[in-house]
Amino acid sequence: MKALLIRDLRLAIRAGGGFGLGLAFFLIVTVLVPFGVGPQSELLSEIAPGILWLGALLACLLSLDRILALDWEDGTLDLLACAPLPMEAAVSIKALAHWLTTGLPLVIAAPFFALLLNLPSAGYVPLVLSLLLGTPALSVIGTFGAAITVGIKRGGLLLSLLVLPLYVPTLIYGAEAARRGAQGLETSTPLFMLAGITSGVIALLPFASAAVLRVNIR
Amino acid sequence: MHLAVQDLGVARGGIAVLEGLTFRVEAGTALILRGPNGIGKTTLLRAIAGLQPSLNGSIDTPEDSIAYAAHSDGIKQALTVRENLEFWAAVFGTGDINGALDAFALQPLALRPAGALSAGQKRRLGLARLLVSARPIWVLDEPTVSLDVDAVAMFAAAICAHLEAGGLALIATHIDLGLDADILDVAPFKARVPISVDDAMEGFL
Repeated sequence: MKALLIRDLRLAIRAGGGFGLGLAFFLIVTVLVPFGVGPQSELLSEIAPGILWLGALLACLLSLDRILALDWEDGTLDLLACAPLPMEAAVSIKALAHWLTTGLPLVIAAPFFALLLNLPSAGYVPLVLSLLLGTPALSVIGTFGAAITVGIKRGGLLLSLLVLPLYVPTLIYGAEAARRGAQGLETSTPLFMLAGITSGVIALLPFASAAVLRVNIR
Repeated sequence: MHLAVQDLGVARGGIAVLEGLTFRVEAGTALILRGPNGIGKTTLLRAIAGLQPSLNGSIDTPEDSIAYAAHSDGIKQALTVRENLEFWAAVFGTGDINGALDAFALQPLALRPAGALSAGQKRRLGLARLLVSARPIWVLDEPTVSLDVDAVAMFAAAICAHLEAGGLALIATHIDLGLDADILDVAPFKARVPISVDDAMEGFL
């Protein structure tokens, strides 16, 4: 399992691995929104939590089809299916690797990008906390979507459509926590809900992902 | 250690392709599968490797004993030859990859990115993976594609060493490897009636 994680991380940072793609997209969103909305710092600070969460979610979505499609194309998935590693463990590791290369950089970068959107100072801790709790769910749900669409050439569109509704609860509670934080309100309820969603999908979805992968491989 | 197939039927794309296959491969021996394109050799090998369900019949092998190699080798272009092999060695829990590198003359290429290899060199890397898997049963689908004469000899030597060590091999190939092995032509087992396969698919899940 460690070998698979190290290999995935190594592949991500090598040429063509796609590391930084999500981060660059996140940066573009947060840089361009102030231009689009106009220089009204009041308005910006009001919409900042929602924009940041939306940016992070779409940045995550951008790299989902890489999770399994490349391994499918070169036959690695077939070989992993024969390996002593259970498929459930393999998809969990792949989701973890995706989070480490996409979700975690977004969490770390979010406070800096929040400056561009004039997020009120009280909002920084809840924003980072909500992203830290929510982005693992995005990776795990995304891996499930990638497993469903793995055999389809150019399955990115279908993958996005399948995954978007599953992302809605995470987005609602994540953005709500960040928004409440920015307004100086109590954030524990949405954060608990977010933690619950993430724990739930981490516990359940790897089994679903492994099952659909077994069907797709044959 | 053995591989026993009893009255096996396999399907591809919902249509039965082979039926009534029965054979047995003992430790230290190899079985070569022959048959025209599209007869179902790949499907049969995938079923034996556990990658797809069989329609009926039974496949009797010890658990976790099969190493499967097919047209695509699972090689990551961005990793070096050594890194590719080390990954599979770690997955299968075996340590040393130098024997595998030597067997397929990959030592001089060990630090080269796999993306810079020729087709034949990639194939050799794919076959070297069999050695690091340390699995006793090799299920090989057209292993000699894009190999030159020398590389085929290396491959034949690797098979012989594997058989002598008590392993066994099931190989679908059209060329003569110079092995002392039985040959099974699967053409007579072509399925006559297409069977509905829904039940078998559900059982697999």
